[in-house]
Amino acid sequence: MQHVEVRGLDKHFGSFHAVKDVSFNIQKGHLIGLLGPSGGGKTSILRMLAGLESPDAGEILFHGKRVNELPPQERGIGFVFQNYALFKHMTVFENIAYGLKVQKTPKAQIRERVMELVELTGLKGFEQRYPQQLSGGQRQRVAFARALAPEPQLLLLDEPFAAIDAKIRQELRSWLRELIERVGITSIFVTHDQDEAIEVADEIMVISQGQVEQKGTPWDIYKEPATPFVASFIGESTQVEHAVKLHGFDRAAETAGTRALIRPEYVEVGRPSEFPLLSATEEGVVHHLHFRGSQWLVEVKVGDQTLITYRSLEKEPLQVGDPVRVMVHRAYLYNEQRSWIAENRFKVDPMSMMI
Amino acid sequence: MKKLWIILTYLVFAILLVAPLVKMTQSAFADGWSGFVESISRPEALHALMMTGLVVLCVTVLNGVFGIMTALYLVRGKWLGRRLRSVMNSIVDLPYAVSPVIGGLMIVLLVGPDTAIGAFFEKIGVNIVYAFPGMVIATLFVTFPLMVREIMPVLEEIGDDQEQASATLGAYGWTTFRRVTWPSIRWGVAYGAVLTIARSMGEFGAVLVVSGNIINRTQTATTLVYQDVENFNIAAAGGIALILAAFSAGLLLLMEWTKKRREVH
Repeated sequence: MQHVEVRGLDKHFGSFHAVKDVSFNIQKGHLIGLLGPSGGGKTSILRMLAGLESPDAGEILFHGKRVNELPPQERGIGFVFQNYALFKHMTVFENIAYGLKVQKTPKAQIRERVMELVELTGLKGFEQRYPQQLSGGQRQRVAFARALAPEPQLLLLDEPFAAIDAKIRQELRSWLRELIERVGITSIFVTHDQDEAIEVADEIMVISQGQVEQKGTPWDIYKEPATPFVASFIGESTQVEHAVKLHGFDRAAETAGTRALIRPEYVEVGRPSEFPLLSATEEGVVHHLHFRGSQWLVEVKVGDQTLITYRSLEKEPLQVGDPVRVMVHRAYLYNEQRSWIAENRFKVDPMSMMI
Repeated sequence: MKKLWIILTYLVFAILLVAPLVKMTQSAFADGWSGFVESISRPEALHALMMTGLVVLCVTVLNGVFGIMTALYLVRGKWLGRRLRSVMNSIVDLPYAVSPVIGGLMIVLLVGPDTAIGAFFEKIGVNIVYAFPGMVIATLFVTFPLMVREIMPVLEEIGDDQEQASATLGAYGWTTFRRVTWPSIRWGVAYGAVLTIARSMGEFGAVLVVSGNIINRTQTATTLVYQDVENFNIAAAGGIALILAAFSAGLLLLMEWTKKRREVH
């Protein structure tokens, strides 16, 4: 069942076209990540879903009913703000109880629900503290509990981890994921951090310059990026101007002006003896080596092109200036007309060398 | 050299602030305690003090309500448009720039008995100029920026995140104001109220023009002091002045206290 449907959503801020004709559906119970660079319109979309911003054009439907005209108070949403927006003059308990108090829920029931959420979010013992007496991670949990207290149907989170230390962020991510799964609430969160989106979301929508570039599972988006933007935004990649010069892609990239994006994990470097299929490799020279803790980041020069790849610490170490063999397993190719993923043709079909 | 400056500073302080206060107290008690009591228990003095009290009360309440509303609209009122808000924002400061006497004159010109509006109100039995409403309006004109300028920075600082959070949690405008906005701005409002009371108690020019200074009717404490001095009744003037000064000193202490409270919060 579709929980959220958005059709032709459009929004201008003055002369700035923030959201351009955006449409998408979200299934009930799913956790969706809106991923994209800052200023790309993600937050605007989220705020329009919440009713905090009104669209210039387009329709928003919750459970098949149009909600454009409903104010935020009546949309049945929970919103977690980027900087939490906790009520400074209220204790943790009062913050969480706020939504229920507004609904005039009986006191005993409020107490019960708040304690339940305090327990769930691991804030036990902090009920009487004020927000400024809490750490960033605790504030985030309070914001989360506060949004969940009135039992919303849809949870919207705006950069929920942006203001938290890297270490605690990791912890909170898995915590949030688990919690949302347990509560079973449809959730949409905004982030500019691809790791976060890939790790937490069931489905990702990549948004850039006010448009949805691609919507799909993290794996789909990673494996088959629909546009050059998605290919370059997700994961690391090196751009190659003349894809036709890449060994094994001469046929795939024969259309003039075809470029390639190559991820480090698509590239393998090593001594000739490390490759069972030498015909699929070409010669290169180690240009730079960077130690990255768990592996080496190798910059290798092939012709006039520098490619980047990782090399395991277990393998025989390389030195700068070493001649090596380089194999490009696959490349994301694109030109004016289309974009597609191509495999190294010598790898796919070793017999072609014979012809 | 440094010593000289310190001495000079103390001297200026003494001559400018302490000496007049001492002299005023002396003149208030020139005829002893009974003289002081007599000067302030004259019917016109009691009436003038009452008028001042009433004006202060009305102005503070009105300024509180409209000051908060104006500040809210100027900071949060996106529907007003940025340009209109910036124009309104500069108009708020007008009373700072215009002499209170001119402010009073503007009110006389606008709603005086010779104008259409004034005539209309007179017909329905309400006098504005040379009566209580005019005095309140004149004092409100002079004190209006005080409240707005205290609240606006606080509103800007807290931002509208908490208010939006309140809206997403199901609270409508009034609930949000009462539970979220008000607790954040109340010390700003208190500070603005203290400033308003102090300013409206001491207001002279605007009130003088608008009230006509009619004894036992529209005379306020400050205009009575002025009249007493004109009549060379220095001791009586000193008595009322002392009461105003004592009240102001009390307000200053209160102001310090609200300031501290606000910092704590």
